[in-house]
Amino acid sequence: MNKPNKVLVLGSGALKIGEAGEFDYSGSQALKALKEEGIRTILINPNIATVQTSDDIADDVYFLPVTPYFVERVIQKEKPDGIFVAFGGQTALNCAVALYRDGIFEKYGVKVLGTPVQSIIDTEDRDIFKAKLDQIGVLTARSEAVTSIEDALAAGNRIGFPLIIRSAFALGGLGSGFAYNEDELRALAAKAFSTSDQILVEESLKGWKEVEYEVVRDAFDNCITVCNMENFDPIGIHTGESIVVAPSQTLSNREYHKLRSIGIKTIRHLGIVGECNIQYALDPHSEEYRVIEVNARLSRSSALASKATGYPLAFVAAKLSLGYSLAELKNSVTQTTSAYFEPALDYLVVKLPRWDLGKFSGVQRQIGSAMKSVGEVMAIGKSFEEAIQKGLRMLDTGKRGFVGNETEQLDNDTIDHLLSEPNEERIFAINLAFEAGYDIERVHELTRIDRWFLQRLYSIYELSNQLGEKRNNGGLDALDTETLREAKKMGFSDQQLAVKLLGQGDVKTNELTVRARRKALGVLPVVKQIDTLAAEFPAQTNYLYTTYHGTENDLEPETDKSVVVLGSGVYRIGSSVEFDWCGVNAVQTVAEEGYKSIIINYNPETVSTDYDVSDRLYFEELSYERVMDILEFEDPTGVILSTGGQIPNNLATRLEQAQVPILGTAAAQIDEAENRHKFSSIMDELGIAQPRWNELTTMEAIYDFVKEVNFPVLIRPSYVLSGAAMNVVSNPQELEEYLKLAVAVSAEYPVVVSEFIQEAKEIELDAVADKGDIVSYAISEHVEFAGVHSGDATMYYPPQRVYVGTVRKLKVIAEKIAKRFQISGPFNIQFLEKNGEIRVIECNLRASRSFPFVSKVSGNNLIKKATKVLLGLHVERDASELVYDLPFVGVKASQFSFTRLQGADPVLRVDMTSTGEVGCLGDTAEEALLKSLLSVGYRIPKKSVLISSGPIISKVALLGAARLLVQNDYTLYATHGTHLFFTENGVPSTLVYWPDELQEPNALTYLRERKIDLVINIPKNLTKGELDNDYKIRRTAVDFNIPLITNARLAKAFIKAFCTLKMEDLSIKSWKEFKAQAVSVEA
Amino acid sequence: MQATTTGNLPNSANITLTKQVKLVLEDGTEIQGKSFGAFTSAAGEVVFSTAMTGYPENLTDPSFKGQILVLTYPMVGNYGVPGEELYEYVSKVFESDKIHISGLVINYYSEEHSHWNSAKSLGDWLAEYNIPGIYDVDTRLLTKKLREKGAMLGKIVAADDIEMHDPNQDNLVDAVSIPEVQRYGTGKHKIVLVDCGTKSNIIRCLLQRDVELIRVPWDYDFNSIDYDGLFLSNGPGDPKTCEPTISHLKTAYGTEKPIFGICLGNQLMGLAAGGDTFKLKYGHRSHNQPVLLSGTKQCYITSQNHGFALDTKGLPEEWEMLFENLNDGTCEGIKHKSKPFFSVQFHPEAAGGPEDTEFLFDQFLDLVEKHKAEQGS
Repeated sequence: MNKPNKVLVLGSGALKIGEAGEFDYSGSQALKALKEEGIRTILINPNIATVQTSDDIADDVYFLPVTPYFVERVIQKEKPDGIFVAFGGQTALNCAVALYRDGIFEKYGVKVLGTPVQSIIDTEDRDIFKAKLDQIGVLTARSEAVTSIEDALAAGNRIGFPLIIRSAFALGGLGSGFAYNEDELRALAAKAFSTSDQILVEESLKGWKEVEYEVVRDAFDNCITVCNMENFDPIGIHTGESIVVAPSQTLSNREYHKLRSIGIKTIRHLGIVGECNIQYALDPHSEEYRVIEVNARLSRSSALASKATGYPLAFVAAKLSLGYSLAELKNSVTQTTSAYFEPALDYLVVKLPRWDLGKFSGVQRQIGSAMKSVGEVMAIGKSFEEAIQKGLRMLDTGKRGFVGNETEQLDNDTIDHLLSEPNEERIFAINLAFEAGYDIERVHELTRIDRWFLQRLYSIYELSNQLGEKRNNGGLDALDTETLREAKKMGFSDQQLAVKLLGQGDVKTNELTVRARRKALGVLPVVKQIDTLAAEFPAQTNYLYTTYHGTENDLEPETDKSVVVLGSGVYRIGSSVEFDWCGVNAVQTVAEEGYKSIIINYNPETVSTDYDVSDRLYFEELSYERVMDILEFEDPTGVILSTGGQIPNNLATRLEQAQVPILGTAAAQIDEAENRHKFSSIMDELGIAQPRWNELTTMEAIYDFVKEVNFPVLIRPSYVLSGAAMNVVSNPQELEEYLKLAVAVSAEYPVVVSEFIQEAKEIELDAVADKGDIVSYAISEHVEFAGVHSGDATMYYPPQRVYVGTVRKLKVIAEKIAKRFQISGPFNIQFLEKNGEIRVIECNLRASRSFPFVSKVSGNNLIKKATKVLLGLHVERDASELVYDLPFVGVKASQFSFTRLQGADPVLRVDMTSTGEVGCLGDTAEEALLKSLLSVGYRIPKKSVLISSGPIISKVALLGAARLLVQNDYTLYATHGTHLFFTENGVPSTLVYWPDELQEPNALTYLRERKIDLVINIPKNLTKGELDNDYKIRRTAVDFNIPLITNARLAKAFIKAFCTLKMEDLSIKSWKEFKAQAVSVEA
Repeated sequence: MQATTTGNLPNSANITLTKQVKLVLEDGTEIQGKSFGAFTSAAGEVVFSTAMTGYPENLTDPSFKGQILVLTYPMVGNYGVPGEELYEYVSKVFESDKIHISGLVINYYSEEHSHWNSAKSLGDWLAEYNIPGIYDVDTRLLTKKLREKGAMLGKIVAADDIEMHDPNQDNLVDAVSIPEVQRYGTGKHKIVLVDCGTKSNIIRCLLQRDVELIRVPWDYDFNSIDYDGLFLSNGPGDPKTCEPTISHLKTAYGTEKPIFGICLGNQLMGLAAGGDTFKLKYGHRSHNQPVLLSGTKQCYITSQNHGFALDTKGLPEEWEMLFENLNDGTCEGIKHKSKPFFSVQFHPEAAGGPEDTEFLFDQFLDLVEKHKAEQGS
C-alpha cells in the first residue's frame, strides 16, 4: 500500500440547513483514521465550534473558507500529497469539483483519495448520471424535455400518467404541478410555457416508498450495504424532512435484496471507493423501482446509518480511501470479527427531523421536496411504537409523544389539509384524524404513508383511549402491571400516563406519582447493547439504549467511580454543535481525571454519540424520566448538567429534588438565575443595573410602562401566531401593529416589555468560577449594537473597542454575581454598555454558545477548567487578562440559511435565526472579520452596492462607509431616502426605485439582472408598506444569491475590511502558526 | 391485485385475551410469552437467526426441519405472507411446499400486515400448518444463552406439556426429500439435483440457465443417469446420516463430470472426499456472513443456515479450501484441484438474503459447457 505522508481534509464550514453536525462526526472519524496510520493531517474548516477543529484531532487547522481560492492557497503552502474531499458535505465536494476542473490537484501533485472526482461528477450531473445507469440497465425516473404542448402530450403518453411537469429554468418550483390526464397536462404545460421555453415532463413517483441504502466499496471491488432505511413519509417529502426508520419495515426479502443488488451494481459501475448513499423510489404496488440519486460522499444518512448500526462508516471509508481492503479491517465493535459484513440489528431506530419554522416570519410552513429542518433525533427501540414516541419527545418541542399532548380542536377540512399538504405538525394531525374518527384507510389515502406505520400509530392511539377510560375507573391504582408494561412497550412516558390516568393537573407532580407506582410494580426498562451482530458474537460494546421489551440487562452498572455528562440533545436554532464540543471536552476531562465517563444523548449528528468518546454511551432521551432511570441504574459519583445547553440545565431542580449528585452550581441558584423575577431582585440587591422591564397583562399597563421607559421597547409576548416571538418597537403604531401578531394579552399570556437602549455595545463574559470565585474568563464584544440576538451577532475576541475601564467594571460585576450565586463551573453573562454605564441583560449558569470560540482563540480551554472545578479539583486563578496582548484577533460570524426557507424574511432581529457559525483568525480585526464573513457566504463585491440605509441614525452611521466605497470605485445604487441623504452629503449614488414604486430603474429589476453585488438593507420601521418594500428587496437578494447585510454596524465593518484588504492580503496562516505568536494565560 | 389487509382493527385485544405459552429449554430456562399461530405444543432444537427479512423464505427452508427458530429481529410479520404462485411447478415465493420449522420465537408480532402481495398474516399461516409461535420474548437474552451454551433442545408448551425431542437423532433428510424422481425444464444441460431438502430457489436458479433438471431423492443412485452435471442441495441435520448419498458421490468422483454442492451438499462432498464434519456450537444462521475467496482479497456477503461444518484437516491433497469465513475462519467451500468439483457452505441461491454469489451457478454451468465441449472434441 502506498500511503500518503500528509493529507488535507476539507471540512463543511458553518452548520446550515442541509449540511449540519453530521460532517463534524464524519470529519472527526476520518482524521482519527488517518492519525492511526501515522499520516500528518491538515484540516481546513472555519467552523471553530466543531470537535474536529479541536487540539490534537488534526495536526493543524486552517480556520479559512472551504472555497477553491483558499483551498488552493493552503495546498500551495502545505504541499500535501493527498486530499480527502468526501467528509465535508456538499461544500467540500463542490469545492473539490471546481479545483479538479481547474487542474489544481494535478498542478500541485495532490492525489484525491477515495472516490475519484470524475465519479463524483458522474453522480452530480443529472444527464450523465442517467446515461451511466442506462448503460447497466438500472432504471431512473423517466423524463423528457419538450418545447411545445404537442410534444408534451406525446411525451406524456410515452411515459404514462400521472406526470409531474416542471419549468426547466424556474426558481423555487414555479410552474410545476401534477397531471393525471391529458387535459390536466395540456393546462399545466400551457401555464409552464408562459414562464419558460422548455418544460420537463416526468413520471410522477409521488406516493412511492422512499428507500435508501448505505453502500461501502473498497478498491478491490468488494462491496457491501451497511444499512438500509425506509422513509415513513413517501416520495414527495425530502428525506431530510422525513421520518426515517432503519432497517426497512415494509419491504419483503425480495424487495430488500433486489434494491441491495442494484445498489451494489450501480456503485461498482460508478467506481466509488469509500462510502456512498443510494436512494430509491419503490412502487407500493409492485417491485418496480427507480433510482433517485447517489451521493458519492458521506452524508446525513450515512451519519444516521453509523449511529443506527454501530458500524463506523466514516472511519472505514477513510481507511478504504487509503487503499485498505474491507477484509483487512476489523469490526471496531467486536474487535474480533471483520469489517466486511453487514450489521444485523435486533432493534430498530427512528429518525425524526426538527424544524424551527416558528422562528421565521413569512416562511412557508409546508414541507416537501426542499429541506427546511434544522436538526434531527434518533430513537432506538424494539418496536416502532416505542421508538417513535421516544423520538417525538426527543424533538423537545413540548410534545409528550404521539398522544397525550395539548391539542387544538380542528375541523375535518383542516385535518384533511394537514394530512395531504403536510407541514411539520403532520404526525400529530394523524392522531387528530384518529380522534375525529378517520380510519387507517382514509389517513392512508390522504398521506400515502404505508398502512403498516399507520397501524402502529393507531395501536398507540387505541391504548391511549383505553388508558383514558381508566381515569374514571380507578385511575392509576387500578392499572394492572400487564397494561402498564404494554403501555411502556408502546413508548408511553410516565408523563403521558399521568395525563391519561390522572388528568391534566400538575403534570410533573403526577409524573412522580406514576413513576413511584411503576417502580412499585417492578416495571422497569432494561439496558441493551448495540453490537452490530444481534448478539451472534460476544462484544464488549458500551453503546447502550433502554427498552421495555426485555427482561434482562445486558450489562452490570459501572462499579468504578463514574461521572455522567448530559448531552445537548437535538440541534435547533440556538443550540447546536458548540454544545457538543462542550460535552465532548467535559467527557474527555472526566476521563483524564480518572473517572469512568458516561454520556446520555440522542442526536445522531454529534461526536459525543460516538461510542468511543466515552466509557458508556446511552443513546437515550434527556427527559427527567429516562435520565433518572439511567442514574438509578448506574448510581454515578456525579452528574454534569452545565455543558449541554438548556435541555440538561432545565432538569436541574427536579434532579436535585431526587437527590441526584449534581456537580457544580446548586439547582436553587440556577433557578434564581433562570427566573426573571428572582434574578432581577438579586441584581437590585447587588446594585447591578439592568434594563428596566415588566411583565404585563393588560394593554393599559403596557402603555403606562412605555410612558415610564420611553420608546423604543423590546416586547416579548408569550404566545404569537407565527414568527418573530420578540421585537423592538419604536412608536405606538408599531407597538399596536406588533401586538396584533400576539394572540392575546392576558393574565394567562403576559407580555414582557423591556427598555431598549439604542446604540449600546453588547459585551459577553464567558467564565469559570470555583465556589463563587472566578478562576478564568474571556470577554468578547459584538460588532453589532444591542438589538441583534447574541447568537446572530458577529463577535470580536479579544474585544477591540472596549475601554480598559469598562473591562474592569465588568469584572467587578461578574465577581459579585459569581459570589452571590456561589457559581461552581461554567457561566456566561451578557452586558450592555453605553457611555460607560453597564447593565446586565442575562446570566446563564452553564456553558454558553461562545465557549468553543473563546477557548480556541485564547488557547485556554474553559470547559476543561470548568470540568476540573466540577470534579472538585483545585484550579489556580489564571491570567486571563493576558488575552489582551494576543497578537491576533478572532471573529465569530453567523451563518444564515434563508435561501432554504422560502418566504422567510432575512433580517437580523432580537430573535435568533442563524443556523451556524464560524470563527476565523487574523492579524487584524479587519482581516479576521473578512475571513469569517467570506466563510459564511459573503463575497467581496466586484463593482456595485445597493444601499437602503433605513432610519436616520443608520444613514449617518453608513455615510463614511459609503464614501469609502465610492473612493474604491464602487458604484452605489440607493433607494429614495438614502439617495437624497447621500446627495446632500456629497456622496454620489444612482437612484433606484422601491419595489412598490413600480418604476424603472427598480431595485428588484437590478437584483434580478444581477447588476448588484452586495445589498445593504437596514429595516426602517414596522409599518406595512416599509415592511413589504424592504422585505421584497431582502428576499430577492437571498433568492438570487446576492450577499445581504441588514445591520449598519456590520455593513460598516465589512465595507471597511474589503476596502482596505484584498483577497491576496488575507494571510494563509494555520492555527499553530497563530498560536506560536501567542502568550500563555496559564498562571 | 390483492388489497392490503389492515382494515379490521382492534388488535389491542391481545393485551388481555392472548393466550399465554412458554418456551422451555433443556437447561431448565422457562420463558413466558404470548401465543400466535397454532395454540399447540412443539419440541425441537432451538436455534437463532439474525436475518432481518425473509421469514416466508426462512420458515419454508427445509434445512430448518425440526428446529424451533428464534428471530433476533424484533418486529416480525410486518409484510404478511404472500399467496402461492407457481413457477415451472415450483413455488415462486416459498422455498418449499410447506413450513418446516417446529416453532417460532419472536419479540413483537405484527398481526396487522401491509404489503401489495400479502395474502394472510404470519400467525394465520403458521396456524394452517399447526405450528406454534410465541412472542413477547426477550429474544436477545435467549440468543445470548444459545451463543454461550450452544444450540439447545427446547419446546414451546401450550395447553399440554410434551417431551423434549432431538431432531438430530432423526433422519431429517429423508423427511424432507422427495419420494420419487421429478423432471423440470427442457434446457440443453441435463443436471441431476440430489434433493436432500432443496430450497426452491435452487431449482429456479438452475431452470433460468437453460437446464433440463432431474430432481432425485436423497438416496437415489444418480450414477445410473447420463447427466451433464451433478448438483447437491442443502438440507437439514447431521450430514453423516446421508450414507447412501456419500457412497453414490464417491462413485461420481470417479468421473470428470462437474459437481456443485451447497450447504449440506458441501458437507457431503467433503465427507465423500475423505474429510470430516463437526457440529458448530450454535451454527451460522443469518444473511450477513462474510466469506473470503481463498488466496484473494475478494469477499462476499452470504446467506447461511447450517449447524454443522466441514473440517478441512482430513481432506486429501487433491482438495483445497475455496472459501473461508471471515469471522471465525471455518470452511465455507472446497474444490478439487484438477477436476470440476466444488462446493460452498453458504447459499448462493439466497432467498432470503444477499444475492452476491449467484454467479456460482453460472460458473457451474460454464464448467458443464466446457466439459461437454471437451467430450465432444
